[in-house]
Amino acid sequence: MAALAALGDSTRREIFERLSCGPRSVGDLARDLPISRPAVSQHLRQLKEAGLVTDRADGTRRVYRIDPAGLGAIRQWLDRFWDDTLAAFKDEADKDAETLP
Amino acid sequence: MSPTIAPAPIRKSIRVDAAPARAFDIFTAGITRWWLKTHSISITKSPIQEVVIEPREGGRWYERGADGSECPWGKVLAWEPPTRLLLAWQINGGWQFDPALVTEVEIRFTPDGTGTRVELEHRHLERLGEHAGAMAQAFTGGWGTLLDSFAKQAI
Repeated sequence: MAALAALGDSTRREIFERLSCGPRSVGDLARDLPISRPAVSQHLRQLKEAGLVTDRADGTRRVYRIDPAGLGAIRQWLDRFWDDTLAAFKDEADKDAETLP
Repeated sequence: MSPTIAPAPIRKSIRVDAAPARAFDIFTAGITRWWLKTHSISITKSPIQEVVIEPREGGRWYERGADGSECPWGKVLAWEPPTRLLLAWQINGGWQFDPALVTEVEIRFTPDGTGTRVELEHRHLERLGEHAGAMAQAFTGGWGTLLDSFAKQAI
């Protein structure tokens, strides 16, 4: 699955955003999400296939983190960056047009 | 290092009420008026005083902090008012200026009724990946930490 398609799902996006704050285990993630642990695992698998996250074993737990080599992460941030930037530009350009005679 | 994903360009399209020449002018000369103060690249944490796109091909694109410090973002690759602006975005995955890195941000202004259709494309993002490998090794905190700090700035 491509990075964008992977992030097209709101739950996966939420999981991804949480991982951007630091590595988390499946259990950690499942605790504060309104979906089951197997569902979280399934989403994580898809994020992993998209190259957005990596995992490693930590004792009996599996800990996930954003893949530092994955471009998906930075692209995702830039995508939001430009959304916010253009929204601010639009506000200014619309306001400017209003003030013209 | 070969990236695991070849990222598509980021493409955005909005319509603004201002006519193309005016929209181009607001986007460039007026950028300080609307650029989000939270979208600072500078690591000095000095708040943005001014964002500058020098109005010519080869011109610099930078921010100036309240303390007078300048932080380069990139340069002007094509200056074609009122229809097209091509900027080099030279900010790497660690949100730092890297003169060896060039990604392109193209902004096109086309008439749309009395207003303007503004299309933005940020491309060659795979070049960020070429640098991402070095970045990942250089920062023991990993990308999660970097993204987190950027997220806090970018909200």
